[in-house]
Amino acid sequence: MGSKPILEVTNLTQQFNNGDHKLTVLDHVDFSVQEETICSVVGPSGSGKTTLLGLCAGLDRPTLGEVSLNGVPLGPLNEDERAEVRNKHVGFVFQTFQLVPTLTALENVMVPLELRGRRSSEVQHEAEELLKKVGLADRFQHYPTQLSGGEQQRVAIARAFINEPKILFADEPTGNLDEETGSKIEDLLFDLNRSLGTTLILVTHDLSLAQQCQRIIRLKNGKIFKDEWVTTPEAEQLK
Amino acid sequence: MSSFFSGWSWKMAWRDARSNKKRLFVYISAIIIGVAAQVAITSFRDSLNTTIDNQSKELLGADLEIETEQAPPDTLTSYFKKLGGEQAQITEFPSMVLFPKEGNSRLSNIRALKGNFPFYGSLETIPAAAASHFKSDTTALVDQALMTQFNIEVGDSVKVGRLTLAISGAITKVPGEAAAASMIGPRVFIPHSILDSTNLIQRGSRIEYKQYFKFSDGRDLDPIETKLDSLEESLAIDIDYETVEERREEIGEAVGNLGKFLNLVGFIALLLGGIGVASSIHVYINQKIETASVLRCFGASSNQTMSIFLIQAVVLGFLGALAGTILGIGLQYLLPGLVSDFLPVTVELTVSWLAIGLGLFTGTGVALAFALLPLLALRKSSPLYALRTIEKSITSLLSRKTKVIIYFIITLTVMGYASLLTESLLIGTVFTVGMLVSFGLLLLVAKGLMILVRRFFPSHWTYVWRQGLANLYRPHNQTTTLMLSLGLGMLLVSTLYFSQDMLMKELDFATREDAPNLIFFDIQPDQNQGINEILNEQNAPVIQNVPMVTMRLDSLRGRGTQEIAEDTTTEVRGWALRREYRSTYRDSLISSETLLKGEWIGQAPDTGRVPVSAAKEIAEDLNLSVGDFLTFDVQGVPIEAYVGSIREVDFQRVQPNFFMLFPTGVLEPAPQIYVTVTRAPNQEVSAKLQQSVVRKYPNVSAINVSRILETINQFIDKISFAIQFMALFSIVTGLIVLASSVATSRFQRIKESVLLRTIGASKKQILQILSVEYLFLGILSALTGLILSLGATGLLGYFYFDITFTPNLWVIFVGTAVLTGLTILIGMFNSRSIYKKTPLEVLRKEAT
Repeated sequence: MGSKPILEVTNLTQQFNNGDHKLTVLDHVDFSVQEETICSVVGPSGSGKTTLLGLCAGLDRPTLGEVSLNGVPLGPLNEDERAEVRNKHVGFVFQTFQLVPTLTALENVMVPLELRGRRSSEVQHEAEELLKKVGLADRFQHYPTQLSGGEQQRVAIARAFINEPKILFADEPTGNLDEETGSKIEDLLFDLNRSLGTTLILVTHDLSLAQQCQRIIRLKNGKIFKDEWVTTPEAEQLK
Repeated sequence: MSSFFSGWSWKMAWRDARSNKKRLFVYISAIIIGVAAQVAITSFRDSLNTTIDNQSKELLGADLEIETEQAPPDTLTSYFKKLGGEQAQITEFPSMVLFPKEGNSRLSNIRALKGNFPFYGSLETIPAAAASHFKSDTTALVDQALMTQFNIEVGDSVKVGRLTLAISGAITKVPGEAAAASMIGPRVFIPHSILDSTNLIQRGSRIEYKQYFKFSDGRDLDPIETKLDSLEESLAIDIDYETVEERREEIGEAVGNLGKFLNLVGFIALLLGGIGVASSIHVYINQKIETASVLRCFGASSNQTMSIFLIQAVVLGFLGALAGTILGIGLQYLLPGLVSDFLPVTVELTVSWLAIGLGLFTGTGVALAFALLPLLALRKSSPLYALRTIEKSITSLLSRKTKVIIYFIITLTVMGYASLLTESLLIGTVFTVGMLVSFGLLLLVAKGLMILVRRFFPSHWTYVWRQGLANLYRPHNQTTTLMLSLGLGMLLVSTLYFSQDMLMKELDFATREDAPNLIFFDIQPDQNQGINEILNEQNAPVIQNVPMVTMRLDSLRGRGTQEIAEDTTTEVRGWALRREYRSTYRDSLISSETLLKGEWIGQAPDTGRVPVSAAKEIAEDLNLSVGDFLTFDVQGVPIEAYVGSIREVDFQRVQPNFFMLFPTGVLEPAPQIYVTVTRAPNQEVSAKLQQSVVRKYPNVSAINVSRILETINQFIDKISFAIQFMALFSIVTGLIVLASSVATSRFQRIKESVLLRTIGASKKQILQILSVEYLFLGILSALTGLILSLGATGLLGYFYFDITFTPNLWVIFVGTAVLTGLTILIGMFNSRSIYKKTPLEVLRKEAT
């Protein structure tokens, strides 16, 4: 675990207008995450987990407060500048996989690098290697609908790691998978994370998954109600 | 803009389109028909213009035509001689011709030809040699259409006036004249040398004397025109002249108007296609929000994401336009068949680069313009939608201001393009406003119908019926768009049918009991009694027998007509000043006349001005009030008159009606001819009457009202066929929009049907539900068009034709049945995969 904070969240507040009254989803949230940390955000439905993830990744603008990613404050950046930051430093894994249905597995993995302006011929090899690593050597040319849920999530993980992100956001990555497949995906995620030294922010309501992380931030009603370091053998192993 | 040209955007556009090819093509296919219509018409217009330019000399047949309404006086003939060049002469007038073979007769357009007219182009006959030989053979050429009608062949004879001539050829084409001309006045050519022997040139006949010139020295015609103008003044006769250039412009303008009209009708189809594209792209982009958001999560900029789909829209728009252009080039070969009877030239069809360019440009432009709204909305979509699904329609992301600007740009583009097509900003604007109003009304009626049906639908109907109807209200469904495009097609076609039906009913006077159906005119005073006797013998009543005196207006309120015509500040209409008046005299008004102002005086005073009665229409055009002084020139004799009264005349009655009515006691000594109106109980008697009269009095002409009616009907049929053909484009476009809409909502439909199948619905029930949906869609679309069409025809009848409109139930019934049938057919055909395959098979395949 490095000593430099990769993610700094200060006084983060998100409110939505709901008719006449304001709905506060996040209420003055402060925390920071050091490089290479594996951190989970847990909480019941409606506690603000996904909103927090969206704000941390610069997918939305907060009502109040600031988010810094890798030392870059996101507040002053416009949509496209934030997209550039994401492209350079951020990876994503979604609950619903979110593969582009019209692209093959290989093309889905290539997209983040192609967005940097690199030729597909250059990046194809890297994408293939990564797909092999996640166990999909024979699935390069398959479309998402031709893959099982677990396979789709493997493609998504390969896509998330291809640009060697400094930080990876995973939103319920096993939420749509059965227990066995889910557990394989967890292992894959942690393995890749460890070997590449990525910071992982894992949003989940699966406490056993959270227990495998080094740190658990518990959210309730939009506030951090507990922020703890884990001492389970799995977490210790991660250290 | 740079993202539009980046390789990645194009690659992504291709990757994304790859598995959607069929679906995307359906989206864009809606514009194919519209583009095809544009290209076909523009290309045809272009070919036609080129033909007219190339054949401009053939249109007139000479370099110069000089026309007078009386035999050219000596001064003029000596001027003709002085002009030199090669000359020809045609004396043209209407007269009855009789075919002794079966005893048929018909009012025709007789042309006595001297010289080698036409100098350019040729008079086409079967056999071809007849055109040059008939003058020396002393035979006649007769319009082919007339010969076919009466079963006459070359070698049979025709009686023209007192002469009986052998027919040496059938006329198939006269330079510069449309084939339709033969429907109005079939043409009969005779040698000029025998004109006098026909004895048809008599006082009161309407004769045109035409002199044709060919100058091989490329002479400047301006001085000749100036000289003719001065001769017209000094000789006090009407001299009309026409040069090749003037004829070309005149025909070019008429043809241009037809082309502009057809272009606009085609443009409506293109606009409908545009709306179809807009609604398909809207659904398509809505399905792409997640993809766009994921790409944004991984760092794509908003422009990059939009570019992917913008590229697809542009490329597909271009492909659609290309397909439409190719189809249009093919279609243009059908157009001459539709309008050739109305064209004075045989069109040499060429592939017009202008049309191709225009087709590609407008097709792509329309596809792009109508895709703009969802595309711009996509730019606004947040990457957050990758985490949370968006439930609202994508265009709700755009601000009201942006939407207004986009709609304004689209309207402006439509207006600009319509103005370009019609070469008139005014017409372009009127067209655009008209389209906006029509679309607005159609939308209003469509929405109203949908609300009404939902509200008053019987809730106790079976599940299949209720579900079928409920499908129309499915979110993101294109029901309104479909009702709009199919309804517009229905509106166009049914308004045409209703109007035609309304007009034909009104014109159907010949079949009414006691209504006159046969008119004899050009009766010389000494023939009048004889003709009345012939009518009596055949038991045909003399309904009217009136004398007619031709005259011209010489002065009005003390000012000469020439002077008034040259005065630009006057409100008097020129034609009313210059026309030849055919007036009658009697001592009383008849049932078709009502006194409006002044007093009717039936007997002229012995001295002083004559009180005449003016019809309301002519009083308005001449700006006349009761008491105004008039001077008439009755064939050389001036008659001082004043407006004694103004009458309302029912000009729609089949009988001679008069603008100027004189009292008795003035015109009796003037040269006059008679008109007799009768009613023949049937066509047989009518033919017999005409034969007897023509045999005895060859100069007398007859108008068979039933025949005219037939001719008008044929004429309207031909014109409306051309318009219907164009209206068809919007219906076909509507059906394509339907097909694409079914394709667009396919996934939704599949999910529904799979759900229904899973909970136990049979294939048959799914089929029934779908049929009910399309049945309602068809009926509602037809109703949308019909409601507006009934309104439009009613207004047209009330304001324009002055006829009370009673809708023809057949048009309503057949129209609705055809449109509904087509809707069900197309809808079911495009849904076949939904009900034919197993749920799982469908889901796996369609989910991609």
